[in-house]
Amino acid sequence: MDRFEYIEARLFEGENYLKREKGVKIYDGEDKTQYVDGEVILTTHRILWGKAGDIPKGLTCLSLPLYYVFCLEEENSGVFGLGGPKRILLHLGPALPGKRPGPAVVSPYHFIKFSFKDGVDPLFFKALNDAVNAKAWERTPQQQLTSSESVVNTSTKSPVTPVNSKIRSGIVGIERSIEEHHRATDESISVAFQDLRKLMEKAKEMVSISKTISTKIREKQGDISEDDTVRFKSYLMSLGIDDPVTRDAFRSDSDYYLGLAQQISDMMVSVLMDCGGIMSLADVWCRVNRARGLELISPEDLLNACKLLGTIDAPMSLRKFPSGACVLQLNSQSDEEVAKVTSQLLEENGSLTPVKLSQLANVSVLLARERLFTTERRGLACRDESIEGLAFYPNLFLTKAA
Amino acid sequence: MRRRAGVGAIQKQKLEQEKYKEKGSEIQENQFQQMCKQLEVFRENLEDFASKHKNEIKKNAQFRRQFQEMCAAIGVDPLASGKGFWSVLGIGDFYYELGVQIVEVCLATNYKNGGLITLDELRSKLIAARGKAKKHQDITNEDLLAAVKKLRIFGNGFTVIPIGKGKWLVQSVPGELNLDQTLVLQKASALGTAWVSASILTGDLRWNETRAQNALNHMVKEGLAWVDTQDTSETLYWFPSMFAECVSA
Repeated sequence: MDRFEYIEARLFEGENYLKREKGVKIYDGEDKTQYVDGEVILTTHRILWGKAGDIPKGLTCLSLPLYYVFCLEEENSGVFGLGGPKRILLHLGPALPGKRPGPAVVSPYHFIKFSFKDGVDPLFFKALNDAVNAKAWERTPQQQLTSSESVVNTSTKSPVTPVNSKIRSGIVGIERSIEEHHRATDESISVAFQDLRKLMEKAKEMVSISKTISTKIREKQGDISEDDTVRFKSYLMSLGIDDPVTRDAFRSDSDYYLGLAQQISDMMVSVLMDCGGIMSLADVWCRVNRARGLELISPEDLLNACKLLGTIDAPMSLRKFPSGACVLQLNSQSDEEVAKVTSQLLEENGSLTPVKLSQLANVSVLLARERLFTTERRGLACRDESIEGLAFYPNLFLTKAA
Repeated sequence: MRRRAGVGAIQKQKLEQEKYKEKGSEIQENQFQQMCKQLEVFRENLEDFASKHKNEIKKNAQFRRQFQEMCAAIGVDPLASGKGFWSVLGIGDFYYELGVQIVEVCLATNYKNGGLITLDELRSKLIAARGKAKKHQDITNEDLLAAVKKLRIFGNGFTVIPIGKGKWLVQSVPGELNLDQTLVLQKASALGTAWVSASILTGDLRWNETRAQNALNHMVKEGLAWVDTQDTSETLYWFPSMFAECVSA
């Protein structure tokens, strides 16, 4: 809206009348304005809008120089687009400095819409399109030089020379090219999402566009969303599996579970290492399915596959706690390893309670006690049960007895 | 071009520089807004496609991967099946999808709530992350309970605890993996008092009431903490394992 100027309705030298429409409303971007039910005059240089009857009388009206327009499209209204397009959408370049005052000083939008009460006349749209493409204003300066009235002419005409859109230089040129780039992207997105087949064809391009958008936004505001869950989701999905194992690809269930076990083990190794070597099966199920995308596996399938982890020499195994909770844990957490590490800690600290071990090893108290019991069972620790609680000491019989 | 010299020229240049800078940030701001708009368009379209064309997308392996990449970049959930006819019978992906999303919400929030979340909060977070479409809003607590039921075969690592009428608490971290008790002990030893109270935990660790009380009750049950009701304002929990340290300190 900030591209409009107030001006008396008069044609300039070299400017020609093209077409006229009635019952026209202006939208500033998506917003309605007070300019309703007016009359529009299209010339070779401008679009004039005035209250009905104002323009023929030469009263003040709104004028939009056509050099602001770099693209236009018809917009269908209504759910089914019945009765043809009702609006024309004009994408505008940024307001040039030194323009005459207009109805708005700033506008958040880079496009305006003309809404036609009786629908868009295809002839009007065509004429507008032609006028924008003909760029009559680029020719006028030369004519003006030869014209004796050139001085008068420039004073009535908007005082800045319009930017030649072919030679892109200066800030305006940069802005325009950015603008155009955005438009091109917008367009390719809207084309690609018309139907599934088109999206498949353009999938590669869309993937890269989606990534650019999200990196740009991440740079600017930290992350694509403030929602913890959305962020986490996007993280989980980015660790995708290229070719998820499916039941159809295998002849028997046991083969399928073996394949699944292999894939789970490949995927979870690094995850488990990152989070302390142990994870509840529900978490594993969620992560595996997120990585698989649309090919979900059921909890039963996961459980069956995890039972087979031992048979394929995977670096992890399924474990069931006495409480009944199932977890997946790295083999470095196996009883032997645990006993070895815990007995070392016992030596270093002289004695350990479950509470102390839980703090040293950063595991839960329950798990810490479990570890101490394991160590005890292997004969590497001795129990001291008293009113102060449960404590364990190194087994001196192993070291001192001889 | 005219040679510029003198203070005036320098000031002019400075002014110009500033103007350029201003313009630059304006352009950037503009570009950012455009990007945000495109992100929205992408999100809407992806959500739409995910719910409409699931089966076609599944069929084409290469495209499936690309679709997933897009969803990951934009933060859209590709799992968007509706509660169709088959899901009433417990067949189909609907409840599995919900299950995945439930666990996901629990995982994403567990740094804040220690793996305890009310079903209502879970539902609102899940719906928000699932997308804007109307059918996502129709997911009920009963749907969530049905989905959680499917996780039961993982043992009681993921459980729903009824707390009063029509209210449930979802516990996503099994006791063995729960570090809350360790945190309580750390807090107590940091304070050097050998005791803590629920209000200390809610105040200092920013836990909610349920989480604090749960952790403390569990420790009492395990014999790690002793209850002291002599204090007039609230119950204190003493840790005998720290008595010696306090005496010697």
